[in-house]
Amino acid sequence: MDQLFALVVAVPLLAAAAISAAGPLLSGRRQVLDATAIGVAAAVAVMLAVIMVRTAGGDEVYWFGGFRPARGIAIGIDFEAGPLSSGLASLAAVLVTAAMTFSWRYFEGVATYYHALMLIFLAGIIGFCLTGDIFDLFVWFELMGVAAYALTAYRPEERGPIQGALNFAITNSVGAYLSLSGIALIYGRTGALNMAQIGVFIDRHPLDRLVVVAFLLIISGLLIKSAIVPFHFWLADAHAVAPTPVCVLFSGVMVELGLYGIARVYWSMFGQALGHRAAISHLFLALGVLTAVTGALFCFRERHIKRLLAFSTISHAGMFLAGIALLTPLGLAGAAVYVAGHGLVKAALFLCTGIVLHRLGSVNETWLHGRGRHLRVTGVVFTAAGLGLADLPPFGTFLGKGYIDTSAGAHGLPWIIAVFLACTILAGGAVLRVAGGVFYGLGDAPSEDPEMARAAAEETSETASGKQRTPLTMIIPPAVLVLAALVIGVITRLGPVVQAAAIRFEDQAGYNATVLAGAHIAHPVAIAAAEPTGITAADVLAGTGSALGAVILALAALYWRRLPVLRRGYEPGVGLTEPLRRFQSGVVNDYVTWIVLGLACLGGICALAIGLLGSV
Amino acid sequence: MQFFPFIVVGWILGIGLYGIVTSRHLIHQIVCLIVVQSSTYVLLLGVGYVTGAVAPYFYDVPVRTPAVDPVVQALALTDVVVEAAVTALLLSFAIQAHKRFGTLDPQELASLKG
Repeated sequence: MDQLFALVVAVPLLAAAAISAAGPLLSGRRQVLDATAIGVAAAVAVMLAVIMVRTAGGDEVYWFGGFRPARGIAIGIDFEAGPLSSGLASLAAVLVTAAMTFSWRYFEGVATYYHALMLIFLAGIIGFCLTGDIFDLFVWFELMGVAAYALTAYRPEERGPIQGALNFAITNSVGAYLSLSGIALIYGRTGALNMAQIGVFIDRHPLDRLVVVAFLLIISGLLIKSAIVPFHFWLADAHAVAPTPVCVLFSGVMVELGLYGIARVYWSMFGQALGHRAAISHLFLALGVLTAVTGALFCFRERHIKRLLAFSTISHAGMFLAGIALLTPLGLAGAAVYVAGHGLVKAALFLCTGIVLHRLGSVNETWLHGRGRHLRVTGVVFTAAGLGLADLPPFGTFLGKGYIDTSAGAHGLPWIIAVFLACTILAGGAVLRVAGGVFYGLGDAPSEDPEMARAAAEETSETASGKQRTPLTMIIPPAVLVLAALVIGVITRLGPVVQAAAIRFEDQAGYNATVLAGAHIAHPVAIAAAEPTGITAADVLAGTGSALGAVILALAALYWRRLPVLRRGYEPGVGLTEPLRRFQSGVVNDYVTWIVLGLACLGGICALAIGLLGSV
Repeated sequence: MQFFPFIVVGWILGIGLYGIVTSRHLIHQIVCLIVVQSSTYVLLLGVGYVTGAVAPYFYDVPVRTPAVDPVVQALALTDVVVEAAVTALLLSFAIQAHKRFGTLDPQELASLKG
């Protein structure tokens, strides 16, 4: 039964190798190729769901080759599975299954390497989620990265994909090498690569500057991957050009994996040593809020539907980071549920966008205005997913957001609730504006920006467009995903289980005992003050309010030209983002400059906050 | 003398990043990325050079034989493999860019903005 932990990465990797090797034989037989890839992804999703259910009562550790720790010293390499890590991995497997099912009929002629790359990508994600070894974390990160870069440039004959993939690859590689430098420093200091072992060492010694520098270096790569402002520039470029089924994975799990990595690294190694200082919490809360606001503003003014969804992902990544940065179990539980709910509805939105591209041959909101009226089912699914994105109860997004709000309120940060409410309304409103305009022809077409129109016009060769029918294999996956997002919001047992898992995740001593001493910890002692845990009427009101606000904003955006009170020629939101928009230059040199400047600032602030320059 | 490798690491990292930021040629930019990665090799090897310690695995030779930490060498080797994959992929993108659009300047290649 323990072999399950090894199989979840071995199966997709071996299947990818087999598909690549059998490529010439399979190229004429699409059915075999697609069925194999979908079957493997679905099987992995089931295995991960089994692990998730099994570990609900206590985390489990698997040592490769049976190299168990000897006298409390880790000599082997382990996978540490808890409900949060295996849950994120199974979300990835579900999204890969949905994306592969969708692409069955989406791509006319597809090379075998598409399937192989998707499975390698999945294996990288799963390994990243489960590994308990800091160097392996880097290796899985890079495996996932290389597969993602190649998938972004799936259509190398066009200018956009090459540029998007280059920006993506160079920025993320710089981040990965910074993380590796941090890992090398931490190894030099502690002589260990196992995260639990490192955590024990750091705990037993006085905090020194090298450890703090290593922490900052390790998380800098993860911050770039999770598209936190000002490291977010690559994301919109990569999303705009990657094939739509691949965007599902980029938005649904890849960005969130960076944040998961930060949480894992923090709570397994540095949490106790850094003492859960308010300064660290505030720094990351500020980053999260900045990211949420920037993403939401850019999202609302975007006309390219895929880029619009990408900016909404940036906005949500900021909210997830803030949930984690509260450093409370409830905040982390909220972020976890929010990630699951967001991943499912965002995947559905991307798949519906893929259907629009397949049928109408464009992702330009202005051009599409009113042209999607005959896509009734797609319109309903897109609208439902848009309402889910705006936190309408009982979607899973509402539950996660409710937890984060409750935790923020309990810790004297009620302004965060208001800011996030505004961000959700902006992002949800933008998506619902697309839904109302494209699928129902409401109001007027939004104004055309020539530059955006040109970018959107390049989106044509991904699928053979102008099809008369939507195949069932394309409409069923998004519909199922939206239903799943609804279901996770109404399972009443989910909340307590995720909260218990979050308490375990934040219990560093418990993690160390589980990994190094083979302990089985079902109920750790509460490590933080008791928090309110339920969903209150106020949360339901806030969720309904944000969905209602998003609908009103969407209608206002569609009908604003007909309102007599507003002066003509005024474009909502443009004035705010126009100066910022120039930074999104599409040139990788500028993005790396931002990374260097951002990290220098982050390091400086941390140095002041932790007293690195002082007596540490 | 003990800090010397780490000063070299900082220098290599710095010039690599400077190169990526200022480059107007994709091949040059990718080579600069390799330079950034080279700093991690030096760092790993510098970390593995410890005086007065015992290597964790010692076999077949007298215990006092000078040795370095083999773990960092394994890490550096993995690092080289990762670099080979990333560089090959990036160079193939650069070849495509040159073949299709006749330019290797990141600023001319930029078609996505805003």
